[in-house]
Amino acid sequence: MNDARAAIEAVYRAEAPRVLATLIRLLGGFERAEEALHDAWLAALDSWPERGVPDNPRAWLVSAGRFKAIDRIRREARFNAASAELEQQIELAALPEDNDAPAIADDQLRLIFTCCHPALAPDAQVALTLREICGLTTEEIATAYLTKPVTIAQRIVRAKAKIRDAGIPYAVPGPAELPDRIETVLQVIYLVFNEGYLASSGATPLRTDLCAEAIRLARLLGKLIEEPEATGLLALMLLHDARRAARVADGEIVPLDEQDRTLWNHAQIAEGQMLVRQVLAGRFSLYSVQAAIAACHTAGGSDWPRIVALYDLLVRIDPSPIVDLNRAVAVAMRDGPETGLALIDGLEMNDYRLWHAARADLLRRLGRMDEARNAYEAALAMTTQEAERRFIGRRLRALKS
Amino acid sequence: MRYLCLVCFDTTLPDTLPPAEWAQLVKDSAEYDRELQRQGHFIAAEALMSPDTATTVRLRNGRMSATDGPFAELKEQVAGFILIEAADLNEAMRIGANIPLARIGCVEVRPVM
Repeated sequence: MNDARAAIEAVYRAEAPRVLATLIRLLGGFERAEEALHDAWLAALDSWPERGVPDNPRAWLVSAGRFKAIDRIRREARFNAASAELEQQIELAALPEDNDAPAIADDQLRLIFTCCHPALAPDAQVALTLREICGLTTEEIATAYLTKPVTIAQRIVRAKAKIRDAGIPYAVPGPAELPDRIETVLQVIYLVFNEGYLASSGATPLRTDLCAEAIRLARLLGKLIEEPEATGLLALMLLHDARRAARVADGEIVPLDEQDRTLWNHAQIAEGQMLVRQVLAGRFSLYSVQAAIAACHTAGGSDWPRIVALYDLLVRIDPSPIVDLNRAVAVAMRDGPETGLALIDGLEMNDYRLWHAARADLLRRLGRMDEARNAYEAALAMTTQEAERRFIGRRLRALKS
Repeated sequence: MRYLCLVCFDTTLPDTLPPAEWAQLVKDSAEYDRELQRQGHFIAAEALMSPDTATTVRLRNGRMSATDGPFAELKEQVAGFILIEAADLNEAMRIGANIPLARIGCVEVRPVM
């Protein structure tokens, strides 16, 4: 492949998701839009190498795709009344002006709400969002989720069939539904991020592409819609992601207090902390409080009294055993391991590996080595992720020596 | 598009809920049907007798077999339906979720072919 062709492909890849979103609105469905996008790509391959990439490739592709779709509909059924009506609809649908960025962004926003529709299963929401909004290929999504491309493809096909057959609209929901629907969108974005960040099994714990995609989606959503929780989620992800390079060393998870801070992305931390200050000026909510906790961890030294206070808030906003466990660990840092251990023992989360790991750490600090060893071994038996296993293995060896 | 809202709930509830609460649900349900009529969403609605009264029949090799009861033994059973006209699934879900009996059971919203 020569350089010119590679350059054209790069332009196409960058523009395709936005072009698709607009074509879906113009043509009223995934199938026609995908056909039209493919036709537009063929037209671009025909024209761009000779005439050069147009100034506004996005508008060029939208316009070419729309033209090809009308052409196709005409060819398909010349005497069909329904297709004549469809053709007319497409002719009348507003075509974004050359530099009408907001209109194109709105098309993407509509599509995000379609892909993250609560009538679709969560794994389908994730796959569809990565495919249609982020423009990842089925193979890339399958690699990220350690599954077969055919599984992802089936998920996407089924989701598209439901969108078509059940009448899921390409629309931003009305004000009454918006808060719930944004919550689903944020959940999908956070799922994508966590899958990239904390991959629950496998040899490589960090799948950075998914983190970058999730951050890109949160930025996009924040640009399109005024929603403090979207800003909170963006801040949370920026702060976690900023520590990515320091989180694993030699294939082993590095705990926060042992991380090499020179490896942190300080520009990203500054942005995350600025966003946290911004959202905490408003109401306290799920992602913004978590982001505030992450901000404490990335500040000079962790301010444990403040972190405990934030966990107290989180327990009220989103009570769960995992939040209780994290709060107990923060209390141990503030008041000493004995107090923390009493809280953790009260939780009895025997089937959760991090409960055992947290207990083990406090027992170790209290000098109760036999109990610490048993707890580490219990955690190790439940851990499938290689980097975490190595970390626990090292702690166990240190106890024995 | 037309959607069928299948209203399902634990059919022992009418006997176990406080009578005043059940009476209120019945009243609200009738009022909701009228509201849907006013808005132009209503096509048809019926409440069904309890699942004990159901008989399930099949035809195999030209012979009918009948069994007592509904086709699946579930805690929540179809207890009625509302057939509606809605612009899209968003509107249909909103109409379905506001059916008063959704407060004690669930509503399956399905597009009609």
